[in-house]
Amino acid sequence: MASKVIHAFYDDDDVLMLAVKRVKAAKLHIEEVYCPFPVHGLDKAMGLAPTRLAITAFLYGCVGITVATLMMNYIMIEDWPQDIGGKPSFSYLENMPAFVPIMFELTVFFAAHLMVITFYLRSRLWPFKEAENPDVRTTDDHFLMEIEIHDNEQELRDLLMDTGAVEINVSEKNSH
Amino acid sequence: MASHYEAPIRKPLVIGNKGYHDVTVDIAAPVEGRANKHWWIVFSIALVAFLWGVGCIIYTVSTGIGTWGLNKTVNWAWDITNFVWWVGIGHAGTLISAVLLLFRQKWRMAINRSAEAMTIFSVVQAGLFPIIHMGRPWLAYWVLPIPNQFGSLWVNFNSPLLWDVFAISTYLSVSLVFWWTGLLPDFAMIRDRAVLPFQKKIYSLLSFGWSGRAKDWQRFEEVSLVLAGLATPLVLSVHTIVSFDFATSVIPGWHTTIFPPYFVAGAIFSGFAMVNTLLIIMRKVCHLENYITIQHIELMNIVIMLTGSIVGCAYITELFMAWYSGVEYEQYAFLNRATGPYWWAYWSMMTCNVFSPQFMWFKKLRTSIMFSFFISIVVNIGMWFERFVIIVTSLHRDYLPSSWTMFSPTFVDIGIFIGTIGFFFVLFLLYARTFPVIAQAEVKSILKASGEKYKTLRDSGKPMYQITKLKAEVKEPITDDVLMGEVVPTVGDKVGVSDLLSAVGSFDATTQEADDLKKVKGIGPQMEATLNEIGIYTFAQVARMTESEYNLLDSITGSFPGRAQRDDWAGQAAILLNNKR
Repeated sequence: MASKVIHAFYDDDDVLMLAVKRVKAAKLHIEEVYCPFPVHGLDKAMGLAPTRLAITAFLYGCVGITVATLMMNYIMIEDWPQDIGGKPSFSYLENMPAFVPIMFELTVFFAAHLMVITFYLRSRLWPFKEAENPDVRTTDDHFLMEIEIHDNEQELRDLLMDTGAVEINVSEKNSH
Repeated sequence: MASHYEAPIRKPLVIGNKGYHDVTVDIAAPVEGRANKHWWIVFSIALVAFLWGVGCIIYTVSTGIGTWGLNKTVNWAWDITNFVWWVGIGHAGTLISAVLLLFRQKWRMAINRSAEAMTIFSVVQAGLFPIIHMGRPWLAYWVLPIPNQFGSLWVNFNSPLLWDVFAISTYLSVSLVFWWTGLLPDFAMIRDRAVLPFQKKIYSLLSFGWSGRAKDWQRFEEVSLVLAGLATPLVLSVHTIVSFDFATSVIPGWHTTIFPPYFVAGAIFSGFAMVNTLLIIMRKVCHLENYITIQHIELMNIVIMLTGSIVGCAYITELFMAWYSGVEYEQYAFLNRATGPYWWAYWSMMTCNVFSPQFMWFKKLRTSIMFSFFISIVVNIGMWFERFVIIVTSLHRDYLPSSWTMFSPTFVDIGIFIGTIGFFFVLFLLYARTFPVIAQAEVKSILKASGEKYKTLRDSGKPMYQITKLKAEVKEPITDDVLMGEVVPTVGDKVGVSDLLSAVGSFDATTQEADDLKKVKGIGPQMEATLNEIGIYTFAQVARMTESEYNLLDSITGSFPGRAQRDDWAGQAAILLNNKR
C-alpha cells in the first residue's frame, strides 16, 4: 500500500540532530534518517535499539575455536597419531601448545567473516542490491529525515521548516 | 555539538576551507577524471615488469626450481626473503586502520584506505612465493586439511609452515572484508554522482546497494570497531607466525625467542615506509595535499623512527645474546654476518634500518617531503636486506664446513621479484583510478572537529552552523491527484518544469558555464532556446535525463515527441561532458 511521506533535507549534522530531537519531543515517529556519514549519537536520539552484532561476533568466535579444536583433535590425535619430534600425539591437552596458533586464527576467521556476513544480510547489502536512498544527495552532503504523514501534513511541514530544513518534499512511498 | 570539540592546540587534519561537499568533489575527482600521461607511463612500466615476472614464473614452473640460484646448502633464499618482505609491508595497512582506530587517532582517516589497499596487494605478492616454490602450484590446495584419497594423510598441524597458511589466509581475507566494508559508503557516493549509465551500474554493484540509513551506520560503526579489535591481535599474530618459520628451527641465527616481537616491529617499520613512499606520490598526483598533509607524513615518520629504533635494539640484543649464550655456533653465525663474505649485506641493513631513521629526530627533516620519500625508499631496501641477511648468512655456513657455499641469484630469481613489484604497482595504480582513495565518509565525520574551516570558526567564536528558516514552497509530487501514479503533466505546467529541473539539477549562472547544447544531435537552435527557457543549460543536466524526464520534456514542449529518446540525448551529452573534462 502506498503511503505519503515527508522528506526533510538538512545540510548540517548539528542541525539534523537538533531537528531529530525536536521531532521526537513532538512525539512523532521518524521513519528513517539517511546520512552521508555516521553522525554520533543519532541512533540514541532517534531511539534506535543498540545493535547486537558484537554479541554475534563473540558467539561466532566460540564456534571458530570449537571447530579448530574438534578438527585438530580428530586429525592429529584420533585419526592418525604420530610421534613428531619425540612428542607423541596421545592427548590433545598435552599437544595443545602446537595447536594454539591455528585455534587463534580460526577464532578470528569465524568471528570476523560471520559477523560481516550477518551485518550485510541484516542491513540488506549484497551485490546487485538496488540502493534505497530516496535522493542522491544523501551520500554527498545532505541528510534526509523521512516521516510518514497521517493527516498532519501541514503541522509536519511547519515543524520541519522551523527546524532548519533546507528542502521539504512530499512523496508517495510504496512499501517494498 | 560537544563531541565536535577538539583542543585548539591540535593542528587541522583537513586544510583549506572545506565543507562536506568539497570533500566529496575532491575525493571523487581522480575517479571521475581521466588518467593523465604520467599515469599511463608508470602503468606501462609496471605492466611490463609484471609480464616479465609472469614469464619467469612460467619458466620456473615448466622447467623446475633448478632455474633459481638455490643449491643444497642455501635452499631458501630470494623466494622466502621476498615472501617475508612483502608480508612485512602488508602490516601497516591493518595496523593503521585497526590499532589507530582503537586508539581513536583521527589522522588515520586520510591514509587508512590506501594503506589497506597496499596491505592486500602486498599480501597477494607474498602469497605467490610459497605457491611458486611448491613447484607444482596446481596442487597448492594440498596445504588445506581436506579428506583425500591417500588414506588418512593429513597436513601436519605441528608445522609452523602450516600455521603460516592459516595466518596469511585469515589475514588476507579479514583485511579484504574490513577494507570492503569501509568502502561501501564511498562507492555509494561515487554511484550517486555517476553520470554515465555504465559507471552507475558498476558502482551500484560495488556498493552493495548502500543507502546510509541511521541503523546501517550504527551497525557499520559497531562492525568497524569489532573488526579492529579482531584485526589488532591478528596483525601481530601473522608476523609472529612468520617468524616461527625460522625461530622453531635449530639453525644458528634463527633459533631465538626474540624473533616474534622483532619481526612484528620490523614489519610495521617497513609497512609505514611503503605507505610513505606511495602516499607522498599519490597526494601529489591526485591533488590530495589538503587531506594527506605534512602532519600526516610527520606522524608516519615518527612511527618509522620508533619502530626503527626497536628493530635496532633487537639487532643489538641478538648480538649480545649470541655472545652471552656461550654457544659457539651462535657466536660464529653473528660474527660471520658482520665480518664474513656477506658483510656488505649486513652493514647495508644496519645503515638503512638503524642509522637512517634516526634523522627523524629532527623536525626539519621529518617535515621535509623529499627527505621523507628518500628515507622511505632506504628503509624498504634495508628491510629487504634484513631478511636476506637472516636467511642466507645463516644457511650458507651450515654445520658441515665441506658444504659451505655462497648464493647468487639467477635472472629468474630477480625476474620474479621485479615481477611482483610490477604486479603490486599495477594493482595500486588501477586502485588509485577507480576507488575512492580516501575514506571520505570518515573524513566528513571528523571535519567539524579537525577541519581548518571549522577550527577557524570555533577559534573566532563563531557558530559552527546556522539554522536557516525555510521560506521556499514545498514541492508536491505531480502524481498527487492521479491514481496509480501515471506521469501526466500538462503543457507549460510549472510543476512539470520544477520537477524536471529537480531531476536533472538546476543551473546556477554565477558558478557554472552554459554548454553549447546544439552539439547534441537532434537539438537545434530552437530546441536549445526552449531548453534554456526551462532552465537546462549544460550537458550534465541533459546527461541526467532518463525516460521519465524525456516524457516530461515532451509534454512541456509539445514538439517532436519521442525525439530525445530516439537520439539518446543523455548518452550523447554524457560523452560530450566527458570529452570536455
